[in-house]
Amino acid sequence: MAAIEVRDLVVRYGEAPAVAGVTFSAGAGQVLALLGPNGAGKTSTVETLEGYRRPTAGQVRVLGLDPIRDRSSLMPRIGVMLQRGGVYPSMGPAEALRLFAAYYEAPEDPAALLSRLGLDEVDRTPWRRLSGGEQQRLSLALALVGRPTVAFLDEPTAGVDPAGRLAIRQVIRDLRDGGVCVVLTTHELEEAERLADAIVILDHGKVVATGTPAELMSAGGGRELRFAAPPGLDSAALGTAVGAAVKEDRPGEYVVEAEATPSMVASVTGWLAEHDVPLGDLRAGRHTLEDVFLRLTGQPSAAETERAPRRRGRHRREARR
Amino acid sequence: MSRVTAQARAEVRMTLRRGESVLLALGIPVLLLVFFSLVDVLPTGTEDPVDFLAPGILALAVMSTAMVGLGIATGFERQYLVLKRLGSTPLRRGELLAAKTVAVLAVEAVQVAVLVPVALALGWNAEGNAVLALGAVILATAGFAGLGMLMAGALKAEVTLAAANGLYLVLLLLGGIVVPISRLPDALRAVARALPAGALSDALHGALAPAASVPGRAWVVLALWAVAAPVAAAVTFRWE
Repeated sequence: MAAIEVRDLVVRYGEAPAVAGVTFSAGAGQVLALLGPNGAGKTSTVETLEGYRRPTAGQVRVLGLDPIRDRSSLMPRIGVMLQRGGVYPSMGPAEALRLFAAYYEAPEDPAALLSRLGLDEVDRTPWRRLSGGEQQRLSLALALVGRPTVAFLDEPTAGVDPAGRLAIRQVIRDLRDGGVCVVLTTHELEEAERLADAIVILDHGKVVATGTPAELMSAGGGRELRFAAPPGLDSAALGTAVGAAVKEDRPGEYVVEAEATPSMVASVTGWLAEHDVPLGDLRAGRHTLEDVFLRLTGQPSAAETERAPRRRGRHRREARR
Repeated sequence: MSRVTAQARAEVRMTLRRGESVLLALGIPVLLLVFFSLVDVLPTGTEDPVDFLAPGILALAVMSTAMVGLGIATGFERQYLVLKRLGSTPLRRGELLAAKTVAVLAVEAVQVAVLVPVALALGWNAEGNAVLALGAVILATAGFAGLGMLMAGALKAEVTLAAANGLYLVLLLLGGIVVPISRLPDALRAVARALPAGALSDALHGALAPAASVPGRAWVVLALWAVAAPVAAAVTFRWE
């Protein structure tokens, strides 16, 4: 039996469908990443699995159970981390974990969980005074305190500093090694690439690709040579000269669709030298997940567009505490 | 420890930790009780003002905890997605409501334990029937809690905060708590007697008097609110 199963799921709020016919499944000991731009339907899908939303059509099963109808037998076996909030603002990590532990039959030891997530130093600090990263780590701890068989983590590392990210990733790997099925949503490709055994890419409520990270990255040819140069080069002429298709992927970013052999690199750079074109970055190799994502969804991942300014702000906030 | 016990203990701890809750539950009732007992300016109709004030202030205490405190706290729990998060734990909704009920009754017990000795120290001549008073308090708690949850489940947290405090002031003035209902103008008097605060203070004034009798009208009003308000809350409540 699959740990989670989503079949032809449709979720509609009013007219517009948030999820428009999605099918996938995951087994025990597997990390499944739901990846996609904002508004792709990731959270709606996960919230249906968590029993918060009723499918408009199709069906979802978690451990063979209907999340709404079989709520009381399912809830003791799943752990949930919401995208934000969810904790009493006046409670510190220790108190919140002890309270949540009391909801379950055989919970983890709250103190051990606190130190695993590096929260022992702030164990009495009220939630509202924790940093964003500490709040995320506490949310994760609360999702795990009941020893779940399936864990749903909505953007688990959003707003977390690098050290916190490492800790969270290690916890997720430990879960997988312990046979837990982990479903995480993310718009960070790096996250999915590092953690996931299986990736489902959603866009506009539909599945646009599924596979392991390696499968997705090698899809569509795999080998290529990329370089940056001023926009508007005569890529047809270059293509004829080197004997391979060349296209301008984004203005100023060119892709030579051929194996990046040393002689191919030499032909390309030779042509550029001959035409006195300054060469920017030159990169040989496979597609990255970012390329796959871009091609499938037609937009850079949210992580990519937000990366520079946001991240720095978050780090500063983390560092101050 | 059962889920309900653990949750109820957490609810009580959080209430007693919030400065504004303690002010509302104990500070204001004690202040009103002491001030108007010592400064005899209210048209209480009793020889010693504390004999009128003590039952009314107990009614105020019930209203502040069951309606205002519960409503505001629950409204913010909804806004902070705490209620949503609890929805994916084994804690059932019925268990959460049971825990909140136990917590409200526990805080009311603390209020009684503080207010009664203060009233006695101020010379309150306590008489009457405590069982009748307890029955009225339990019915009124259900009605007030229903009103608090009705606001918390339908309005934004900040609106609930304002609405609950506004209603508190209106019911304080119209509820026979500091001003006897008999001193209100005719039209207002009819309204006041139909409100849960007026019915509770009528019931407590009746129960905690030498004759120890509660007017039937007060029982009817309390019972109606005890059923109607929780039902309305249950029908309209949105968890997120």
